[in-house]
Amino acid sequence: MSVPAIEGWFTSGDAPALVGSRCTTCATVHFPRTDGFCRNPRCAGEEFAETTLARRGTVWSYTDAQYQPPPPYIPAGDDYIPFALAAVELPEGIVVLGQVAEGYGVDDLHVGAEVELVVERLYTDETGERTIWRWKPVAELGEEADA
Amino acid sequence: MSDVVVAGVGMHPWGKWGRNFVSYGVHAAREALADAGVNWADVDLVVGGETVRNGYAGYVAGATFAQALGWNGARVATSYAACATGAQALDTARARILAGMSELALVVGADTTPKGFLAPNAGERWDDPDWLRFRLLGMTNPAYFALYARRRMDLYGATAEDFAAVKVKNSRHGLANPNARYRKEVSPADVLGSAVVCDPLHLLDICATSDGAAAVLLCSADYARRHGLADPVRVRAVSTVTPTFPNTVIDMPLLATDAGTPGPRTFKESIGDAAYEEAGIGPDDVDVAEVYDLSTALELDWMEDLGLCGRGEAEALLRAGETTLGGRIPVNPSGGLACFGEAVPAQALAQVCELTWQLRGRAQGRQVEGARVGITANQGLFGHGSSVILSL
Ligand SMILES: [Zn+2]
Repeated sequence: MSVPAIEGWFTSGDAPALVGSRCTTCATVHFPRTDGFCRNPRCAGEEFAETTLARRGTVWSYTDAQYQPPPPYIPAGDDYIPFALAAVELPEGIVVLGQVAEGYGVDDLHVGAEVELVVERLYTDETGERTIWRWKPVAELGEEADA
Repeated sequence: MSDVVVAGVGMHPWGKWGRNFVSYGVHAAREALADAGVNWADVDLVVGGETVRNGYAGYVAGATFAQALGWNGARVATSYAACATGAQALDTARARILAGMSELALVVGADTTPKGFLAPNAGERWDDPDWLRFRLLGMTNPAYFALYARRRMDLYGATAEDFAAVKVKNSRHGLANPNARYRKEVSPADVLGSAVVCDPLHLLDICATSDGAAAVLLCSADYARRHGLADPVRVRAVSTVTPTFPNTVIDMPLLATDAGTPGPRTFKESIGDAAYEEAGIGPDDVDVAEVYDLSTALELDWMEDLGLCGRGEAEALLRAGETTLGGRIPVNPSGGLACFGEAVPAQALAQVCELTWQLRGRAQGRQVEGARVGITANQGLFGHGSSVILSL
């Protein structure tokens, strides 16, 4: 069984998406979700509605982790496999960090590249597979024919 | 507003010495007192930069240093703002002097730092963003620095060779600095040949962690006159502004920015702007800068954030040799964090120590000739950033 590594931050299925909270007073969108206070300094709102964020965005920047990060990071397997990371600008005007989908690295990315949200296994623990959102490069028109 | 005066500065050499942070702090404090030629007994305020070491000594740093120096009845305060700690501690001391509530204030920051990646404390803390960034994404500190570095490459054509050139320059600057931990010339091949930690940053692009301490003794202009401090270095501005919503540049340890339309300037730009406004000067008046080179590429970002050049122009300045000693605007003549490493509560104060030596013309072997105005910049976590302007 696969379970999200964190509860309520993203949906799964064919068209997974990040789940943010929209302030019911001023409509500011927050991610990660908040049950606290609105970040807009001109708003005293404390009530939020769930809202899913756009599934596609453009890369603000990217890197990778060539050394295994320290705990509480949990490696995916016994042998550490470096992974890429991307900060992605969504149409909501929010930049969201995420790992890059399995099989893709920094060579597949550039600032401004289009990426799409996918959900993949992050690690496995005693309860089974734990999943996380990831950014997957979207092949640009003509690119696949070249490959 | 009358300026506050730097009466004395001092440091403990940085490195890995294996002693308690209190001993480093006291060493730096005594150097600052000796530099000013004043007695500890005359100090009426102690502000300690807090360390994150567990136990009372770290959490009550002001009182810890006051006790170690010998109780003298001074008032006490403690400040914590991660890497901006020292500047906030300085601001507290300065404010009390400007209010006429203190005359002679000692600001001390000291720390010991563990080896390797900085990481959150143990335990399961699902509501702590610093913990979540490791658990959910494996985002280390260098990963954030690397995002900025890669963006410079894709937007402005920066190269790995440019980043290496920052390290080469800073290593040369630090050669003669008696307080620097690393005093060894580094070549571009050394940097480019070191392991990549987070693409495009190599091991030698990223600053190490150190033990270290720095202390700054501030006094009122009146005290300086009475004690014959001729042509003293003055504190012209201390900026500790927070971001303005929406904060649209991703910052450690956050997983996302605020949603919304960016304002006219970024948080880091506003830190410098506030300092310039308070000092009544502009970037063109600055002769020397000490900025936070947690990574080589970050030094280039700071040059632009402080208005020392236009956006995307830092590489051109670097390549032309304008940021090295003898250039138009030398950056990190101390050697920067590249030569010192991080000792969190001490480093913003160490920047002030360096500028003081520079403005006095006493930075032997690394002197920026004729320096009259200097600026510092650094950034802590969660909206803590600071910039200090000193001038003759
Ligand atoms: Zn609101």
